[in-house]
Amino acid sequence: MAIADQTMPPRGLLSPDGWLAAIARRSEALVIPLGALLVGLAAFGVFLLSQGKSPVDFYALVYKAGFGTAFSWQNTLSRTAPLLLAALCVALPARLGLVVIGGEGAIVLGGVAAGALAGSLSGLPGALAIPLMALAGAAIGAVWIGTVGALRHYRGVNETIASLLMAYIAIALMNHLVEGPFRDPASLNKPSTAPLAEHMRIGDIPGWNVHWGLVVGIVACILCWILIERTTWGFAARIAGGNVRAAQVQGLPVGRLIVGFTALGGAFAGLAGVFEVAAVHGTANASLAVGYGYTGILIAFLARHNPLAIIPVAVLLAGFEASSGLVQRRMDLPDATILVLQGFVFVAILVSDTLYGRFRMFAPERWGRG
Amino acid sequence: MTMPPFARRRFLQGSAALAGATALGALPSMAAGEMTVGFIYVGPKDDFGYNQAHAEGAAAVKAMAGVTVVEEENVAETIDVQNTMESMINFDGATLLFPTSFGYFDPHVLAVAPKYPDVRFEHAAGLWTEGMPTNVGSYFGYIGLGQYLNGIVAGHMTQTKRLGFVAAKPIPQVLQNINSFLLGARQVDPAITCQVIFTGEWSLAVKEAEATNALADAGCDVITCHVDGPKVVIETAAGRDCFVCGYHANQAPLAPEKYLTGAEWNWPGVYTRMVQTMLDGGTISNFDRGGLAEGYIKMSPLGPAVTDAARNQFDATQAEMMKGGFAAYQGPLMDNNGNQILAEGEVFLETDIALESMDYLVEGVIGSTS
Repeated sequence: MAIADQTMPPRGLLSPDGWLAAIARRSEALVIPLGALLVGLAAFGVFLLSQGKSPVDFYALVYKAGFGTAFSWQNTLSRTAPLLLAALCVALPARLGLVVIGGEGAIVLGGVAAGALAGSLSGLPGALAIPLMALAGAAIGAVWIGTVGALRHYRGVNETIASLLMAYIAIALMNHLVEGPFRDPASLNKPSTAPLAEHMRIGDIPGWNVHWGLVVGIVACILCWILIERTTWGFAARIAGGNVRAAQVQGLPVGRLIVGFTALGGAFAGLAGVFEVAAVHGTANASLAVGYGYTGILIAFLARHNPLAIIPVAVLLAGFEASSGLVQRRMDLPDATILVLQGFVFVAILVSDTLYGRFRMFAPERWGRG
Repeated sequence: MTMPPFARRRFLQGSAALAGATALGALPSMAAGEMTVGFIYVGPKDDFGYNQAHAEGAAAVKAMAGVTVVEEENVAETIDVQNTMESMINFDGATLLFPTSFGYFDPHVLAVAPKYPDVRFEHAAGLWTEGMPTNVGSYFGYIGLGQYLNGIVAGHMTQTKRLGFVAAKPIPQVLQNINSFLLGARQVDPAITCQVIFTGEWSLAVKEAEATNALADAGCDVITCHVDGPKVVIETAAGRDCFVCGYHANQAPLAPEKYLTGAEWNWPGVYTRMVQTMLDGGTISNFDRGGLAEGYIKMSPLGPAVTDAARNQFDATQAEMMKGGFAAYQGPLMDNNGNQILAEGEVFLETDIALESMDYLVEGVIGSTS
């Protein structure tokens, strides 16, 4: 795990030798994933060649459609917002050694909560009503994923299976609610909750065609990084993630940490659902369950559960997805192409996990420490 | 975050490689036509169903002189479709778009259309009303009439007097198809019943197969459906030795012996007409509906098993419909909870807007809308 290198105190930063050592140690965590990314992209290029397609054309199109023009950035960033929050739902529990893969459930329920409550909150001014709506969505997400953590700690239920199955329950519950009790009778052929009043909508960042969810997602990632790396709670969580027995012997409140971190992750996923409803759809319906929670798993693993790394990784994957359409249209490749690409990158990064500590150039000793 | 020297070198190399690839200027690009038309599908375009029907329309447009067609499949009813529409406009120069899934309309088409007043957006099944952007149009066909004709053939071919219907969701369009299917069959024999099973999703192969088997187990010997891709239902039903009626597209190749007929969209006719209108500098109506007579729908050729008696009544009814103003719903008509829908002498014409908000199953249908 990534804990060993980060718990080491940055000793001797001011002496030239220590400075080099610190860079060597830190660059390992950057160079290995970047190298793995390049290997994954290259391997996919070979796969494209085997299909008689040009990898150069492919990557040029991905660049153009994902990052090459102002519109491309709008396309990419507008897809990034829910992915940031969904990835946190995986990364936070992962620091405690839990593999939670059911963030999708918290997303859809957070969205339904927003859609259902919007009507009764619409009497309030937007500045009050929108935060309340967001709080409700985050709360239901926290309860949903927090339950997974509690089941894990107090009843020994495997959190991976529990969270996945609870996601199916959440989607069924959403379908029931938007087609039944919360359905707007005017939504004939696509059952939905009543549309949000205009002052309840979350708009775009001024000058951009991207809604505020992006800013909230980035701030959330930074706050989570501070929580994990710079607070005693985060330190305790990392200890518990490394060895639960050791943490318990130390007297750390492992149960509360597990429930707290899973609930916090769920709250962010619930918030992603709120943004989908309040900033994109304007109503809650079955379009909430489109797999953001599952893409979030991929991003969290690629970022090695480091909340700061989630930001660039989410932008990269959103860029891949933004380019999917142009790749389909120009190169006559199926839409699954981008999924295959993601698979190549995912495997390369997972394999690269075994490389840590194997390269002498990253060893601090070599650069004058010890 | 400072970038270690090693990573910076990698980054520079990567950027240089990318810049080089882009500078080659050899990106695959569009063949120039007088007009570029974009088609967007919610599922795969070879699903033997809803999406394939639209893709067949796109193929017909592609064959027209001076027209370039771009297509994208598996586009979710989220920010994805907004980005896809803008991508087709910005990168491909599309000036006419067919976002074909129902859920694309509100809010997505309505959100993007005002940004591009020179682009025409034509949406299937949406309900354009006064006050919506004028560069948006909605069109649809009275496909319930096709299910009525399906019902006539089914009524002749059933031995058990029990028909089966696998349905996605209890929304007006689907309920209209179920009711029309039974009413057609009851033109042959008023004792016929139709059992319906809702799967709850537009595309859920496992449940569709389970539902089909359950209907066959219950003694239904002619089965039809309204799901996005009827492939599973048709193949499963034929495997259980039931006759099948198709929906959306022609599924005869999946069960050549058991396929009786099918209610198909005639999108090639509709789309080539619309594109021709645009090429000629004309305008397309913002709200367009049509049935058999207007060339919006068509029937699959009758299968080899269809008897002469069935063929005769099918032909006669079809001829009646071609005159326009057909009424499949005639009083007295009760729903299956005993409430009166139409009194003696009352009818719903095919054009009646009341049909588009149907929320009941007629007497003789075994099943419930909730």
